[in-house]
Amino acid sequence: MLSLNQISWAAPGGGRILQGIDLVVPDQKLVVITGPNGGGKTTLAKLIAGLEKPDSGQILLDGQNITDFDITQRAKAGISYAFQQPVRFKGLTVADLLELAAGRKLSEHAACDYLIRVGLCAREYIHREVNATLSGGEIKRIELATVLARHTRLTIFDEPEAGIDLWSFHNLIGVFKEMQEDLKGSMIIISHQERILSIADEIIVIADGKVSAHGPAAGMLPQLLNEESGCEQCPKKEIVYCGGGRDE
Amino acid sequence: MNNITKELLQAVSDYSDGYKDAYSIRENGCCVDRKSTDHIKIESKAGEPGLVIHILSGTKGERVSIPACVTHGNVDDLVYNDFYVGEGADVLIVAGCGVHVETGEPARHSGIHRFFVGKNAHVVYQEKHIGAGSGAGIRSIDPVTEITLEEGSELEMDSLQLGGVDQTLRRTTAVLEKGAHLIIRERILTDGEQQAKTDFTVEMNGADSSVNLISRSVAKGNSHQIYRSKIIGNAPCAGHSECDAIIVDKGRVDAAPELTANHEDAALIHEAAIGKIAGEQIMKLRTLGLTEEEAEAKIVAGFLK
Repeated sequence: MLSLNQISWAAPGGGRILQGIDLVVPDQKLVVITGPNGGGKTTLAKLIAGLEKPDSGQILLDGQNITDFDITQRAKAGISYAFQQPVRFKGLTVADLLELAAGRKLSEHAACDYLIRVGLCAREYIHREVNATLSGGEIKRIELATVLARHTRLTIFDEPEAGIDLWSFHNLIGVFKEMQEDLKGSMIIISHQERILSIADEIIVIADGKVSAHGPAAGMLPQLLNEESGCEQCPKKEIVYCGGGRDE
Repeated sequence: MNNITKELLQAVSDYSDGYKDAYSIRENGCCVDRKSTDHIKIESKAGEPGLVIHILSGTKGERVSIPACVTHGNVDDLVYNDFYVGEGADVLIVAGCGVHVETGEPARHSGIHRFFVGKNAHVVYQEKHIGAGSGAGIRSIDPVTEITLEEGSELEMDSLQLGGVDQTLRRTTAVLEKGAHLIIRERILTDGEQQAKTDFTVEMNGADSSVNLISRSVAKGNSHQIYRSKIIGNAPCAGHSECDAIIVDKGRVDAAPELTANHEDAALIHEAAIGKIAGEQIMKLRTLGLTEEEAEAKIVAGFLK
């Protein structure tokens, strides 16, 4: 179980981004954090993974205080973090990255299995460099594969839908559903997407640096979706946040 | 052949109690073993130290190895090797060099290699350089490579220097005729007070010729690297060079790529990037459980792989 107690964080030289966040992510649950852009969602994910340090408050993982753990210590404690903008490396191959993620030598069969699970043709990608020649959708899936290879008890996905095409997104939902069925720990997904919200166990809304709503998805989703909110010219369904801006 | 030579040969040229195909092993300025085959003839050069290597037309799938080793200080070895690759041949040429010093005296190897690649021939040329031993003597390797590519021929050059060489000056020139293609992949790691200077000049004289020059280097410690490349297009041709360097510690890198188009259909591109390891790369690998030092080592090793 992950607990955040009174977490606050301010941007260096800037305003306060998160103010007194209290939340609990129970075991075996898929929790989706949503809310308007600029509300502090990505910052929250980075604070959990250790990429940022809170100004005040505590982060507990299974009762252990990990607030002062650095990124490496958090990873070793069982936290995985899938970047919103996956990092590219000249020279490191997909197989290299999967082995680093798994923390051991992987057979080609095992490495390929992770790629197949995220919908990539293993033979085509396993020896490719994780460089700028990969498309947004390809590198996003490889990022997911590295997280799968880690098998940790808490996995955070920061806007997995960002930068990928619709076809990739469709398959992405399948990957999350599969992970959810096979869930050994907890998953946090930061997302604006209705389809991701719809597979959540719980939904947390972060707006203006605070938790503005938190509850079981079944109860939360109808509140978040306002079918009347789309403009007449744009029949697309959008999500409107209580007290926040509008986002897609 | 002494044991240091055997170790150096293993490191630079996949030596394992000899070579299957044609070879010539040079140790401290002398040829210690040599073998020609039906298709690859290796002979001593008249008038100056070195070899003349004739690869017969149509030779396919064979390898010729000409490693050179310097195993102690106070040696300054200079050798001239000429390769004549016959029409339509397809071969691998391996020319590694190792310099080992246990004393304070300097040791140097300089190999002047000339390649005359016949029509429609294909050559993969590998050169791996290392410095070894605990002595303070300066280890220098100064290779000169001159390439002439006839119509429709191709040469792929893989040049690797991953440590231990205190000073290196590497000069490579190439002239390409019609439809000839040249690929050069260079990887260099320097550390401590080491210095590496590389200088490429490629002249494309024939229509539809092309060059792709890729250099990746890492400068650690107080080391200094200087990269110069000059690609000249005198015909409808395509030239691309890419120079990436990572700076670690107080390393320094100078890069000066130059493109000259003397024909309106010469398409020449250069890309260059020099800088520290991107912080986000280290961060990503740390989220996989690596320490900062482990992440840096993996990124450097991958970059130079």
